[in-house]
Amino acid sequence: MNRMAAVLMIFSVALVSSSCSRKPSSTAGPGPTGFGAAIVESSGGKQFAQTGALLPQPVVVQVNDAQGTAVPGALVEFAAAPGVTFDPPRGLTDASGQLTTNVSLGGMAGRYLITASTFDKTHKKVELKIEEIALGYQQALGRHLNEQYCERCHNPESTVERVSNYDNLEIKPHPFTEGDTLNKMSDADVTAIITHGGPALNKSALMPAWGNTLSKADIQALIAYIRAVSDPPSRSAGAVYTRN
Amino acid sequence: MKRKLMSLWQKLFGDSVRAFGVVSLIFLASMAVAPAKNFFSEWRHYQRGYLGVIRNRSEANTLRRHLKSGIQQIWLPELGVVDRCTSCHVGLKETSLADVSTQPYRMHPVIPHKPDQFGCTVCHRGQGAATTVEEAHNSTLAWEQPIVPAKYIESSCGECHQSALPGTPQLNQGRTLLSREGCVHCHTVKLPDGSAMKATDDPPSLSHIADKTSREWIFAWLKDPQAYAATATMPNFKLSDDDARDISAFLIANSTPVPGDSLTLSAKASGDATAGASLYGESFCASCHAVQNAAGNLVGGDIGPELTRAGSKLKPEWLQGWLKNPRVYDPATPMSHYRFTDVQIATLSGFLMAKADSELLGKVHLDPATPEQIAHGKRLVSDYGCASCHEIAGVKRPDNFAPELSRIGSKPVTQLIFLPGMPHTLPDYIASKIRQPRAFSPGLKMPQYTFTPAQVDALTTALLSLNDRSYTLPPSLAVRAKPESDYQPAGKAGKLMSDLACFSCHRINGHGGDMAPDLTWEGSSVQREWLGQFLKNPGTLRPALIRRMPRFNFTDSEINELADYMMTVYQNPGVDRDAMPLSGYPQGQIELGKQLFYGKYACQGCHIVDSKADKGYIGPTLTQVGSRLTAAWIYQWMKNPQALRPGTIEPNRAMSDEDARALTAFLMSQKGAKSPHPAKAARSRATKQEVASR
Repeated sequence: MNRMAAVLMIFSVALVSSSCSRKPSSTAGPGPTGFGAAIVESSGGKQFAQTGALLPQPVVVQVNDAQGTAVPGALVEFAAAPGVTFDPPRGLTDASGQLTTNVSLGGMAGRYLITASTFDKTHKKVELKIEEIALGYQQALGRHLNEQYCERCHNPESTVERVSNYDNLEIKPHPFTEGDTLNKMSDADVTAIITHGGPALNKSALMPAWGNTLSKADIQALIAYIRAVSDPPSRSAGAVYTRN
Repeated sequence: MKRKLMSLWQKLFGDSVRAFGVVSLIFLASMAVAPAKNFFSEWRHYQRGYLGVIRNRSEANTLRRHLKSGIQQIWLPELGVVDRCTSCHVGLKETSLADVSTQPYRMHPVIPHKPDQFGCTVCHRGQGAATTVEEAHNSTLAWEQPIVPAKYIESSCGECHQSALPGTPQLNQGRTLLSREGCVHCHTVKLPDGSAMKATDDPPSLSHIADKTSREWIFAWLKDPQAYAATATMPNFKLSDDDARDISAFLIANSTPVPGDSLTLSAKASGDATAGASLYGESFCASCHAVQNAAGNLVGGDIGPELTRAGSKLKPEWLQGWLKNPRVYDPATPMSHYRFTDVQIATLSGFLMAKADSELLGKVHLDPATPEQIAHGKRLVSDYGCASCHEIAGVKRPDNFAPELSRIGSKPVTQLIFLPGMPHTLPDYIASKIRQPRAFSPGLKMPQYTFTPAQVDALTTALLSLNDRSYTLPPSLAVRAKPESDYQPAGKAGKLMSDLACFSCHRINGHGGDMAPDLTWEGSSVQREWLGQFLKNPGTLRPALIRRMPRFNFTDSEINELADYMMTVYQNPGVDRDAMPLSGYPQGQIELGKQLFYGKYACQGCHIVDSKADKGYIGPTLTQVGSRLTAAWIYQWMKNPQALRPGTIEPNRAMSDEDARALTAFLMSQKGAKSPHPAKAARSRATKQEVASR
């Protein structure tokens, strides 16, 4: 009787564990033909997208060997917090040692740490962490307002469609990613400078007062955006999501 | 064995008292099942978990006081909402829980609505009355609407908001794509207000196509439209060579000539590429048309077709006729009638015809068409619904060629046929269908589009917003879209303005494009003399913009006609043009204005008055503003720019009357006599910067 129960128990445990494991080896495709010593980011880090949405640019990582030359055919796997999806989630690096994946962020606003990993010759795991930022409703609205009203002066980068005014200003404005400066300003101070202009904090009048043009909710949205994109991260940027 | 059972029976039910006691015990135990089930329910588990999460927080006492135990419910009868989500999502309203990353305890992100107002399921879908995680979130047999994935959440905003919102870029993009990519030519989309969504693309009529292009080009285009132009709206119908051959045969055979749309010029088509390129640039063709540059990047606008390989498509005589006056071939084209001279037409057509790609048509060899092929081509044209988009003489536009999509967002999952391996949800179905329609069945007529993944998501969002709820909303909640204005100016000037296609770029009274300034109040804002000069020779007002007003070869009487009409009709009732003089302000006031300009209001951050010292070029250059604008307009603009032009980015500074008057005096003193070409200097600086920062 007891023996039978034990057999049954083992059988059921095996059944449950086999149905729970979600990484069947059959989907991994062809095995790796190369092994690197390091994995580095080629492009696609620190992007912003709305919660759940696809990042505007794909994430590209490169596997290098100990000498720093690219390794083709190395297996790279991407992982992140639940809700983040990768297309494809794993694959072999191409002839230039790179693997490209399209990333959709999770449903909650905040910072997401993506892990890209590969194995070296001794089957030790080598990891790379890439940070991406998901914007909630309020931050996304802030981004829209930033593009409309702020960016022409606060973003030094010019595009063909939008020439930056940054270089023309005698006193340079702070780009919104400049966390070193902006993180030290309280929400009340940032609200004051947007509402009443630079002179409210004894700063340049080149920063005009927006209090009659933007609503209070607009200004809050802008601050939420500024806090979300600042680098280094602001304390009030919200949660950081990693693989658990 | 049997004896054992018998004795057990005797022990339990041997006499009536004993039997009564045992039955009562069993009864009691079964009664306890319900409370036990309740005690071990999921929501209790989460409420206990919440207490654990908040235990060590500084504001734990406040949070504990806010917590209401037991099943919570938001009941909104008029919306049909019975949402018990807050039984587990207990911290939704706690602003201090923004940093909590574990669900279901996180604070709800800040949105313009309160959960008490609308509940949860209006936006998130799911089964509100359910009290278990599985039943509330995921589709069950009894409930068709699982939680909508976060990437499509903006679709729910679109249930009530029919107009574009600043906070819903994805929904706005999706709706624009439905119109601009021509989806609604074949699929009817009725909006809750009864109107039908209109297509904003402008598929050309094919009734006279033989005048414009060759059968070989039609064949190559049908086989792969994107091989001709990467930006082509036309999707790929994946036609066989024979089918493409027969359709091209029919279209050519069916085409009738338009008198006057082709011409042979007295001037010879010029091969002078430099002159052609500079005329192309001066005419700002790139404001509407894109061309792929050597690096493979598209440069230019998307109002007109891409011209990278125009020389492989167009017949030179047709192109010359088109440049002479596009309205002969297509009366409704958004292209302006430029009034080019014959020499200009020769230069420009020579330049465009040189943009050819020998590979495009190199392999296309078509034998003369047989009557059978033409007849087969006609059958194919009606089978594929070509006339849903294109006007084709002799082929009737089919009604409801494809399934109506008015309520696609509520389509029951049981009515969908999924591909093997794909998740059985409506959003996944819609996205896959847009991505690869023919994967569902090779016989489907829906063609292959070249949408980016982000565009597919946007389209899916827009389609999910077309659902039953948007039709059953209480009317007080529906935010209707502003009806499209169909304003048309009257008289001779009106005719001139449609000939010039002013509305392709400018907006007046809510009608027209947004590439160029809104002209609704132009008559109040500018001086008549300046307007005449500008129409004759448009200078640069905003040096940072790459799209500018082209120069039309107007006659003097055309300029007078246009300028007089605009000065008379486009007047703002709040601005009395003659209330303030154009010059003669006291020097003291001008000085004060100058101090305010450079000091208190720091206008030089965005504008240039002194072309040597000032650098700002977000707003228009003001070196000659005193000769351009009226004083009354400047004064009113200082007081409240958004009142005159909603959405303008100049901040409203809530100026005192005195400051506004002084600034007006200062700006009106800028007549621009000293430096004849200030705008040019500013532009060269802008270009330099642009190049440097690229």
